[in-house]
Amino acid sequence: MKAFSGTDDTSDARRGLMGALALASGKLLAERYATIEAEVPPAIAVRGPEVGLVMLRGRTGGSGAPFNLGEASVTRATVKLESGEVGHALVLGRDTRKARIAAHLDALWQRPEWRDRIDRDVVEPVRADRAETARAMAEETEATRVDFFTVVRGED
Amino acid sequence: MYVAVKGGEVAIRNAHRLLDDRRRGDRSVPALTLEQITGQLALAVDRVMAEGSLYDPELAAMAIRQARGDLIEAIFLLRAYRTTLPRLGPSRPLDTGRMRIERRISATYKDLPGGQLLGPTFDYTHRLIDPAMAGAEPIEAPERRPCHPDSNWPRVTDLLGDEDLIEPDGEGAEEPGDLTRDPVSFPTDRAVRLQALARGDEGFLLALGYSTQRGYGRTHPFVGEIRIGFVVVEVDIPELGFSICIGEIRVTECQMVSQFTGNGSESPRFTRGYGLVFGQSERKAMAMSLVERALRAEEFDEERLAPAQDEEFVLEHCDNVAATGFVEHLKLPHYVDFQAELELLRRLRREQEERSRAAQAAGADETREVAE
Repeated sequence: MKAFSGTDDTSDARRGLMGALALASGKLLAERYATIEAEVPPAIAVRGPEVGLVMLRGRTGGSGAPFNLGEASVTRATVKLESGEVGHALVLGRDTRKARIAAHLDALWQRPEWRDRIDRDVVEPVRADRAETARAMAEETEATRVDFFTVVRGED
Repeated sequence: MYVAVKGGEVAIRNAHRLLDDRRRGDRSVPALTLEQITGQLALAVDRVMAEGSLYDPELAAMAIRQARGDLIEAIFLLRAYRTTLPRLGPSRPLDTGRMRIERRISATYKDLPGGQLLGPTFDYTHRLIDPAMAGAEPIEAPERRPCHPDSNWPRVTDLLGDEDLIEPDGEGAEEPGDLTRDPVSFPTDRAVRLQALARGDEGFLLALGYSTQRGYGRTHPFVGEIRIGFVVVEVDIPELGFSICIGEIRVTECQMVSQFTGNGSESPRFTRGYGLVFGQSERKAMAMSLVERALRAEEFDEERLAPAQDEEFVLEHCDNVAATGFVEHLKLPHYVDFQAELELLRRLRREQEERSRAAQAAGADETREVAE
């Protein structure tokens, strides 16, 4: 789904970053973050991390009118760097550490001198981990594919 | 009528302490961990999330543990928890068309594009208790088969829709009603019904769905498609001016294809019922889609004779937290109510006795008169 406004390459890339961090396992994200934490400018908490709810919506019939399916717990955090960059995070679940880390990484990523390092040391490993998890599930599911064959009856 | 009742504090305190003890059970047996519950009782967790209407596997596991496995009690706990949290906003509607598929079957097309994938199903198991379940035998890793990473899974309903043989997905307001915010007034709309059914009691909906199959609101259904898997959750972030992915959840979707409708001007085509439920909850999604279709009776000028077609009946009774609250409140002290009933009953008895005594006396007088 495309952004609802202000779409440009940077915001597309930032959406990608934030999505990758949200989909990362909290444990792996914390591990990867620990490898850069000592070197990076610290985060100043602006808001949260706080736990709240998002109302998840479905669509009637799959792609019709929206309806409220039920809520999910989420955690959001906003931090800023001394240099002024503001980082946001909104992630499913109640892992406040994960939200704080994601917000800090989002702020750091806006600084050109940190972007490559974050991509390399955090984003790529968590993306690879998720891709592997997804591939495992897809392949396990694929092994349960029904291969129909028709039994020929009678004589030819 | 409720009145303040004092007393019983010590009994209550000790009862709760006893509950804690019984919940824990034999201390020489290790306590359950949340990982064990989410991992090994995953479908109980899914049910609690669906009917608790809150997607959070770890919280649902805590609730199940606290409730000693009483799932309705656990659902109640989850519902209560959600009231303590602020709502930050809605998500964008989930796109089940882009689901990472874990299971996908159709009872209407053998060779549907994308194929049929059984996934981790109870179907075709023998339903015999496996002695291995008494122990902890090692379990083989699942079989894997390479697959195309960008597999495409068109919906069965879209295949029929392309030929206009089925009604479209359903139009409605872009901003759906929310029964957690506004009281439901009848008649309501499809969006509110779907919300109520998605969090409705599985047993209740199963029984109602079954009733439609047995002739109480005939819908003649086919499972067009069931799919289970993960969908991405996207939320618009006003501060950023764009939407972001905040994670993924597992859902079950059921497209129930139902008997045709049509009239003079419209060509006949299939109708449908829709089911969408948190987690892996196939039975619930199927029951939901059956009832959802039955509740659309009015839309198709069908006679509304069966319970499953009665929107007010279904929506007012499908919530097991509301139902258990009202049924279980009968346990609470009703001493004054009951005393009033008792007093009334005694008075009625007294009056009846007086009447019958008077009648007897009158009868005796008559007899005497006749005798004289």
